[in-house]
Amino acid sequence: MRYAMAIDTKKCVGCSDCVVACQVENNVPIGHCRDWVVEATSGTYPDLSLEIRSERCNHCTNAPCVRCCPTEASHIVDGGIVVVDHNECIGCKACIESCPYDARFIHPKGSVDKCTFCIHRVEKGENPACVSVCPTKCMYFGDTDDPNSEISKLLKKRKWKTLIPEAGTKPNIYYLT
Amino acid sequence: MSKSLNRRDFIKISSLGLGGLAVANPIFDWLGGSMNSGESLQETIKRIPTYCEVCFWKCAGWTHLNEKGDIWKLTGNDNDPHCNGRLCPRGTGGVGMYYDEDRLKTPLMRTVINGKQTYREASWDEAFDFIARKMKKIADEHGPECIALFSHGSGGKHFGRMLKAFGSSNITAPSYAQCRGPREVGFFATFGEGIGSPERVDIRDTDCLVLIGSHIGENMHNGQVQEMSDAIDKDATIITVDPRFSTAASKSKHWLPIKPATDMALLLSWIHVIINNEWYDKKYIDKYAFGLDELKEHVKSYTPEWAYGITTIKPNVIRKTAKEMANAAPSVIIHPGRHVTWYGDDTQRLRAVAILNALLGSWGRRGGFYNPEKKKVAKLDIPKFPKPSKTWRDAFPDQYKLAGLALASGICDATIPAADRDCSFKAWIVNGTNLISTLPNQANTIEAIQNLDLMVVIDTMPMEITGYADVVLPECTYLERYDNLRISGHREPTIALRAPAAEPKYNSKSAWWIAKELADRLGLNDYFPFETEDQELDWQLKKVGSSLEEMKKIGLKKFERKYDDLYPLEGLPEYEFNTNTGKIELYSTAMEDEGYDPLPKFTAHEEPPTDFYRLIYGRAPMHTFSRTANNPNLTDLMDENKVWVNPKVAKEWGLINNQEVWLENQDGVVTSFPIKVRVTERIRWDSVYMIHGFGHTDKRLSRAYGKGASDAELITQTKIDPVMGGTGMRVNFVTFLTEEPTKGAA
Amino acid sequence: MIEELIVSGRMNPEIDPYLHVWGWEIPFYLFIGGLVAGILFFSALYTIRGKQDDYPTAVKFAPMFTPLLLALGLSALLLDLSHKLYFWQLYTNIRWESPMSWGAWTLMIIYPLAIVWSALWIKDVFPKWDWKFKWLEDWIEIIRQYQKYMAWALMVLSIVLGMYTGILLSAFNARPFWNTAILGPLFLTSGLSAGAALIMLLSKKEGEKRLFARIDLMLIGTELFLIIHLFMGFLAGTNVHIEAARLFLGGEFTNSFWIFVVFGGLIFPAILELLELRKIKIPHYISAILVLFGSLALRFIVVDAGQASRWLY
Repeated sequence: MRYAMAIDTKKCVGCSDCVVACQVENNVPIGHCRDWVVEATSGTYPDLSLEIRSERCNHCTNAPCVRCCPTEASHIVDGGIVVVDHNECIGCKACIESCPYDARFIHPKGSVDKCTFCIHRVEKGENPACVSVCPTKCMYFGDTDDPNSEISKLLKKRKWKTLIPEAGTKPNIYYLT
Repeated sequence: MSKSLNRRDFIKISSLGLGGLAVANPIFDWLGGSMNSGESLQETIKRIPTYCEVCFWKCAGWTHLNEKGDIWKLTGNDNDPHCNGRLCPRGTGGVGMYYDEDRLKTPLMRTVINGKQTYREASWDEAFDFIARKMKKIADEHGPECIALFSHGSGGKHFGRMLKAFGSSNITAPSYAQCRGPREVGFFATFGEGIGSPERVDIRDTDCLVLIGSHIGENMHNGQVQEMSDAIDKDATIITVDPRFSTAASKSKHWLPIKPATDMALLLSWIHVIINNEWYDKKYIDKYAFGLDELKEHVKSYTPEWAYGITTIKPNVIRKTAKEMANAAPSVIIHPGRHVTWYGDDTQRLRAVAILNALLGSWGRRGGFYNPEKKKVAKLDIPKFPKPSKTWRDAFPDQYKLAGLALASGICDATIPAADRDCSFKAWIVNGTNLISTLPNQANTIEAIQNLDLMVVIDTMPMEITGYADVVLPECTYLERYDNLRISGHREPTIALRAPAAEPKYNSKSAWWIAKELADRLGLNDYFPFETEDQELDWQLKKVGSSLEEMKKIGLKKFERKYDDLYPLEGLPEYEFNTNTGKIELYSTAMEDEGYDPLPKFTAHEEPPTDFYRLIYGRAPMHTFSRTANNPNLTDLMDENKVWVNPKVAKEWGLINNQEVWLENQDGVVTSFPIKVRVTERIRWDSVYMIHGFGHTDKRLSRAYGKGASDAELITQTKIDPVMGGTGMRVNFVTFLTEEPTKGAA
Repeated sequence: MIEELIVSGRMNPEIDPYLHVWGWEIPFYLFIGGLVAGILFFSALYTIRGKQDDYPTAVKFAPMFTPLLLALGLSALLLDLSHKLYFWQLYTNIRWESPMSWGAWTLMIIYPLAIVWSALWIKDVFPKWDWKFKWLEDWIEIIRQYQKYMAWALMVLSIVLGMYTGILLSAFNARPFWNTAILGPLFLTSGLSAGAALIMLLSKKEGEKRLFARIDLMLIGTELFLIIHLFMGFLAGTNVHIEAARLFLGGEFTNSFWIFVVFGGLIFPAILELLELRKIKIPHYISAILVLFGSLALRFIVVDAGQASRWLY
């Protein structure tokens, strides 16, 4: 079981619904966010192209944050989801330094916080909040170990990329281009 | 210039500290516990149906209550064709509207303390008595018709009922003359029907979507953004005509970076190409259209080469895109857009859009424009409204003859006494619209307000408009009240229920209650026969075979179409259009009758003077202008606007990214606050772009005050559309001030 | 032109607009770690070579400071934690892949060792010292039999400590500026250099001062060599590494690095030492203080620059 997310950049309009939904669902304190939207424009007027990406923790298979955590607070659970046990986190912030995606942040209560793939919803068979709310339905969540899942089929059919593959983290969020 | 004592000083109070305790907010508490698997943070214990009020789209959804019984989150209703179970970011962030501590908390009345105008808290009774007394006085002296209602929200229905019962039909929404009016008139003149809300465009089934300046994706019309995504999945062709590289433009097969204010030339040239190459739907036009020959003659000279010189779009691109549309026809949409009050000839431009759609045969066919159906719901058993002896139209004899609805700007103008008018408006009731930002030419609006005997503002937030009122009434948010059933026209008719998920906070009340109490004091009880709104709703629901109890469980009820005419012109049956000739009028007899051009002509529009740039404004998908400018969840995404400047222009002026500048327009008006520069290739070098709805001057808006700049301040010039009175606002030009302008003698 | 920006208003404190979760606490602790490593290394080295009387400051006096220094360092570390009450979780497991974990455990071992080591020499430095408890005196005499083993252990551990302060940073490949194998040896050298400088500062014996001045000179030379290779490596690396190097070659850290660390902390004291060796009278304490300061500045600048360097936008 390997959970992953695929986001279709052709359909994403950058509305940031994923950000608000995550914030409300997970009680993310105002002024902090677990996911965010990036707009990348290239070219010169009028020869322009625009890519919009909704980004979050990539729940990497080779997660540097899990590797460098001294207390095992950052660990991987069934399905490959990287979670932080706030009762074991000491707040040394090594994981924050080790994440090339800058996906983690310090929660006001002291421990480190980040996207959890809404594990509390996934366990009930629901999609993460961001995937469920996206108005353009450009986000897909599923098991890439299952060849018949929607996400596996999409990854076979479409061109995709991941972020900073050269960092060797083996991220599990795929951007369909 | 001496400072004259205004009848109404804008009351700028930083914090009135009035009423109400801050309620502990579960959203901002981290509900402890480890983040181990299996432990959820909040759980839905109960959900209450509602429909969203953050914008006019009114998506039906559910308010979720957590274990403590507090409002937790909002989700969409899966059966609602407006949202298909997914709310947009404003809808999802609607909880912020409820939890915003800057909300109006108690009725306020204007008073003078120590020679300064300010507000004092008042009781509801006192406020109502004051309003009723004043309204009766105005009715006696000038007539009830001199009272106008400005509304842009669900509350308007209730205040409208009260006002109509009182004797005035002068009810207006700024969304007509300041927004979509020209397209309603343009399409009505052509097809005998308007576009309506939500727009009847069959985007999810179209093969070609043409957007003229429309920025779907940045304007978050939920259903349309969803359907555009469906269209992209189906590889539909998108053609965007926009001087700015919008999100829609980035997803288009063809982006036409048109010179601003020249869209008419492009449209006429497309019509020329399609007619001359005989790419139009011959059978459809033969059967349904009137005026093809006149049209053909009219567009003879509007060649692509001619259009190239005006629009800077190359002739082969014009021909290529016309062919794309023709290939896709009839499954093609030249989208009418929504905010189309641009340059003053907007009705004619929308006529060109309608004509183009007609030529391609998309009206009434799949992938084009469908025929929405609304469920007929029994009208309330109330007495007939009295017939008013005068309406707003009487203030503009011989003008705007094709306007279908009241003009907000018109009523505003008719509040300033004029020699050639025997009366003017004496009272305004304003609900859910921040007129200071909405109406162009702020100075004009403020002058109009000074001439009022009574101004009542009913709102949830202390927006700038409340600073001019005599009485401010705190309305509770949509999550705390019932409202009329949402009866919307769509592919399938639906009705949706709004039910309260919490008691009104502080001392706020529902609009229905406010309207009923006022009606009581005005002796109009007969028009509000029920004691509470839920009784009224139950009565209505029982008449359509449902009940309040059922609706509370399902939230939204879908009905079967009465007629199987979703695409009435599919197969080209016999059909009579609601026009003079009974046909689609390419040549508009209705316009001709009233003395307007029956066929759209091209007119050149003013260009920016040297060192000035055209001011273009638009939306951001996470905001609904002023309504969300203080919402804590949404300001977390975007709390200020920036002015988009082309890198060539930035270099000329020495501007760098995030530098603060003040904008000054052609009339010397300067923005109250500076705005940060965004140097980007996405905007043309002759224009600047900013999101509307920022730059708030009311200090009570703790998150919105002073953030960004207000484009509304800079819109002092308008070009009025002679056909229906729409105020064209894209005719203002701005320049940059890199240093804070010194405040000269007022 | 490429314009990449976050449009959903992300401004996570200390993450945006650029990373700054580690403030002064970590660089300070790294400096202390290096300094302690240097002191203990030389003390152990010259104990093993039997030179404790030739170099009394190095072997006996300087280690007295280490318990206090380590206490300061660990306090800084504790201050850095954002979830302080849970700090004890560090000691409930050993994670071999986490340099943070190594560091925690290494310190756990070095701290008592340093105390015991100081205890062994305390009578030499303070002749009037009285342990007040007979069992303590006996106990210390027992340990004195294993002094040689302790010295070896300390030598190894101090090298581990010195290297670890650099490896801690180089293990984070997410920060391009730290992502180089040179950082470990660089920090070790810098730590040894700081230790030597402190000994030079404290020493009252001319011969001892001379020796450590020469040792320091060698270490400074090594450091300069490593720094040059550091930049050569970056400039020959990928785009992000070149960008990281640019922070020091025209970017925001250029002035502070080359002035405070390279010139003020390495080259100038080296020149002073060379002149001293040519018998021109220059008090040793000037170069000692400059070296210590340069070592501290190196840590601060490297930690800041690493956080400023990034893979993304």
